[in-house]
Amino acid sequence: MSKKDAPPPPQDPQAGTESTQALLRELVAHLRQNRTQLREEWARRITRAQLLTAMTEEEIFAEATSVYDNYVEALETGTFEALQAYARNLSERIIPRGVETHEVVGIVLLLRDVLARSLFAKYHEDFNKLNRILDAYEPAANRIANTVAVGFVQERERIIRQQQEAIRELSTPVLQVRERLLILPIIGVIDPQRNRQLTEQLLRAIRTNRAKVVVIDITGVAAMDSNVANQLVQTVEASRLLGATVIVTGLSPEIAQTLVTIGVDLSEMATVGDLQGGIEEAERLLGYKVIPYAEATQQA
Amino acid sequence: MGVSTVGDELRCLIAADTDVVQARQAGRELAAELGFSAGDQTVIAAAISEIARNILMYAKRGEVRFTTVVDGTRPGLIVVAEDDGPGIRDVSRAMQDGYSTSGGLGLGLPGARRLMDEFEVVSAPGHGTRITMRKWKRSNA
Amino acid sequence: MEVPILKQGHFLIASIQSALSDADLSQLREALIARVGKFRARGVIVDVTALDVMDSFAVRTLRDIAHMARLRGAETVIVGIQPEVAFAMVQLGLTLKGIATALDLEEGLAFLDRQGHGRLENRPGHGRIDRG
Repeated sequence: MSKKDAPPPPQDPQAGTESTQALLRELVAHLRQNRTQLREEWARRITRAQLLTAMTEEEIFAEATSVYDNYVEALETGTFEALQAYARNLSERIIPRGVETHEVVGIVLLLRDVLARSLFAKYHEDFNKLNRILDAYEPAANRIANTVAVGFVQERERIIRQQQEAIRELSTPVLQVRERLLILPIIGVIDPQRNRQLTEQLLRAIRTNRAKVVVIDITGVAAMDSNVANQLVQTVEASRLLGATVIVTGLSPEIAQTLVTIGVDLSEMATVGDLQGGIEEAERLLGYKVIPYAEATQQA
Repeated sequence: MGVSTVGDELRCLIAADTDVVQARQAGRELAAELGFSAGDQTVIAAAISEIARNILMYAKRGEVRFTTVVDGTRPGLIVVAEDDGPGIRDVSRAMQDGYSTSGGLGLGLPGARRLMDEFEVVSAPGHGTRITMRKWKRSNA
Repeated sequence: MEVPILKQGHFLIASIQSALSDADLSQLREALIARVGKFRARGVIVDVTALDVMDSFAVRTLRDIAHMARLRGAETVIVGIQPEVAFAMVQLGLTLKGIATALDLEEGLAFLDRQGHGRLENRPGHGRIDRG
């Protein structure tokens, strides 16, 4: 939008506010009257700017219509709740299609431009009137652009959080390898949140699978602070309350030290050097007899 | 019935054994309505149970009040337990962790504090006790 | 609310049906101790599946039950602790150290059988059930 000199302040402030309302009404009327061509102009600009390439022309047109109408309504009512709700709804639909933030911000700004240009065209003969109309239009239009952009970004963040949660769940699977035996391999960095989720998942799995032995393998865990170490101890205790015995494998000397520092009696915690050893111990506890393959095939 | 709603506050009178059960169930239900996970509902119920029992044991009579709040977009539950009982002489000692050794004896305060996000005790001999605890819904829950 | 206590051979099974107040818990404790003596029970199973909260008083009561039962020659198993309840318990710092726990009634009975407490007869050492 072109820069302009600030118009002289109206002499009567009361009259100033009143004329803003009247101006907005006039503006809205203009936008409604010219709805068809303005919308088309906008759609053209969107294509020219190569935005919303993930959507078909029909889709763009349909959404453009909704956005336009919501836009004008927000201008008219001065309230933005409906627009906010629409923005979130729209975002929910287009984000999975791969539409990005810059595209959404881009199209809303294009609409603002298209509408402003039409105002220039209409009032170009009355500079003062044009200025007053823009005074009324600009703050509202900017607020609309803001509302839509923020709504989109918030929705995006929400979806990302959801996906992260799903990934977290997937990356900490509780595996059932034998009847009544569960293995929980922990890899990487454990933060308290993930730890809590792990524990909840494990406890539910113990119940569902009626596990009697759980092998928690922490070979892949580099280090553990005392908080996380405490949580590990809690996980072991909670598992026992559900009737399961826990064997911890892959305990590095550093982590063993951390556990001792926080007062864990390692002689009370069943630990085995590596995962394989832990599984064998677990099978022993469950009453499985592990016999050499040759022997097994002979017996068959 | 010892449960009443005053404004946006749910009040549970604690004067008998069964009131402790009622208070923790009321707390659990409120937490469920706010969308707390099953695990957190249990945690909240346990904390309420501990402090409500304290009221009964030391003050014989008191009240547990629940309020739901929203901090930005995060819903939370505020639990206030209040009584006109003898009060706690040494609050900091009462808040000390004696659980691991005595395994469940004591005032239950340290335990309840561990379970909740925020925990405040106001008490003095002869002036009763007021415990305020808050738990916020986890965003990923 | 009285908790029903069943006798199965030499075992007593207390099945908690709903939330219990402190008085109910105390009553359960008295009832179980009395019956352990009266029937010379060898095992006690307390099924807490229906408890949605286990606080310090509940844990203390269970410990008392286990302690007193053991003095009378009976082993106690607590069964049916829910995952959320177990989680809250460990966060509260409540443990059932020294007391046997099992997933459910079936597991609890299997445990007592394995311990050689013999549901039906006195079979020292021969009560083992091999889980192959």
